[in-house]
Amino acid sequence: MNGKWMLFGLLVALVLSITALECGENGDDGSGSSPQGTSSSAREGAKDIIVATTTSTQDSGLLDVLVPAFEEETRYNVKVIAVGTGQALAMGERGDADVLLVHAPASEKMLVDSGAGINRRLVMHNDFIILGPESDPAGIKGTTSTVEAFEKIYEAGSTFLNRGDDSGTDKLERSLWKKAGLDPSGASWYEESGQGMGATLQIANQRDAYILCDRATYFAQRGSLSLVILLEGDPALLNVYSVIQVNPDKFDLVNGPGGEAFADFVVSDKAQQIIADFVDEVSGEPLFIPDADKTYEDLGLSTPFG
Amino acid sequence: MDLIWDGLRESLDILRSGDYDLWQITLRSLLISGSAVALSLVFGVAIGAALAFNDFRGRGFLVTLVNTGMGLPPVVVGLLVAILLWRSGPFGQMRLIYTPAAMVVAQTIIATPIVTGFTTAALRHLDPRLRTQVYALGASRLQMLWIILWETKLPLLAAVMAGFGGAISEIGASIMVGGNLAGETRVLTTAVVLEVSRGNFAPAIALSLILLVLIFIVNLVLTSVQQQEGT
Repeated sequence: MNGKWMLFGLLVALVLSITALECGENGDDGSGSSPQGTSSSAREGAKDIIVATTTSTQDSGLLDVLVPAFEEETRYNVKVIAVGTGQALAMGERGDADVLLVHAPASEKMLVDSGAGINRRLVMHNDFIILGPESDPAGIKGTTSTVEAFEKIYEAGSTFLNRGDDSGTDKLERSLWKKAGLDPSGASWYEESGQGMGATLQIANQRDAYILCDRATYFAQRGSLSLVILLEGDPALLNVYSVIQVNPDKFDLVNGPGGEAFADFVVSDKAQQIIADFVDEVSGEPLFIPDADKTYEDLGLSTPFG
Repeated sequence: MDLIWDGLRESLDILRSGDYDLWQITLRSLLISGSAVALSLVFGVAIGAALAFNDFRGRGFLVTLVNTGMGLPPVVVGLLVAILLWRSGPFGQMRLIYTPAAMVVAQTIIATPIVTGFTTAALRHLDPRLRTQVYALGASRLQMLWIILWETKLPLLAAVMAGFGGAISEIGASIMVGGNLAGETRVLTTAVVLEVSRGNFAPAIALSLILLVLIFIVNLVLTSVQQQEGT
């Protein structure tokens, strides 16, 4: 009787490991026929696309509508890795992703210049806003320029939450402080979360802090926030997303056709319509403005790379 | 307070409705962590037995290593496995990164030292005369191992509980090597983190409740087996 218990346990363990591995190879329902060793994983390899993107596109929910539409249209299986733009660009640099959807024009330029990124195209934009507690201790409500608002926050020493994760938002925020001629790093009121947009927004909300946030993430979470918009509409707060393919000639393992298919899809009429239809449930306001038919100049960006 | 009550109520609604791929995510968590524990049992018992029955120079050092490994930071394991499995890494060709298999690898590395440590300790505490006696009765090496393991099944069950608890509650490594992909590698812990970062606390609470109940059930089953065998 006792021996049977042990055997039973071992059997269960074995079955579990086999099933788990199988569900690894058979990730998607449509992936079809029997998974068999290496030949299937090679085929899976050509079918899978790794998309490295920002936390804002995931936290806002946009990818939840965009990715299924793409998968339905093609035979590809998309693996979305939502990290900061800095990390996404690093993945592109090493060939660890096939295609990037990111928002940090200056850093994007470096990737394209290095030859690791190719075929960069404009996808959409929205804007950043500055949120803060309703009491607005630094008195930035009514200001129209970010530089002026940052000066006030700096003088008042009001808590400000920075992401500090080298994301697109983090990069923009630091460039705005620089523009204001201020360096808040090290100040006791200037704090760093080291996390994605959604998580950082939650922390800022708990701490009654000022924060620079993209509009889509704010809208997606508005229900659970007490922070309010204190500044919006400054042209410096434009948030432009581009798609960049990772150069398959440079990295053996990069899925060139897959990356291209995904990039082509996000600028296609169908995807652009999906983006236009992706609105805030409460206000009906669009969260992203599709831009595939526009140029960087149309958006008021002086050079193609901002 | 409102958040807690509303969250709990909403999460119960979610649990009742069975929406949100809850069961799929739960099953995946169970499969991945269960496989990891099964593999760590194989490795852990083998290494543990080798460490317990052999006396050689450096054995003490290896045991210290294993004991250190019992507190191995999962996030370090995650980084290590990710570096190895990224396409740019040495095993990139295998295309394992962002698959459940990668998560099994990471969790196995986390759970194996735990199982090894428990096994070594248990086997060392065994009466050494048992081995002599079993040998005297003419058992083969394999039979001998089986008998010895049978004698230590209680601590081994404890090792399984500890290993499983460590594996299924783990988040850092899972998100790093799995990528938290919906329908593929999203497990209970990574789903909780995602929902919280999206400000959706109700599903996060629902997922947490499932995780707790799951760990409770596994421990309940193993403990009852342990108690039964113990008497």
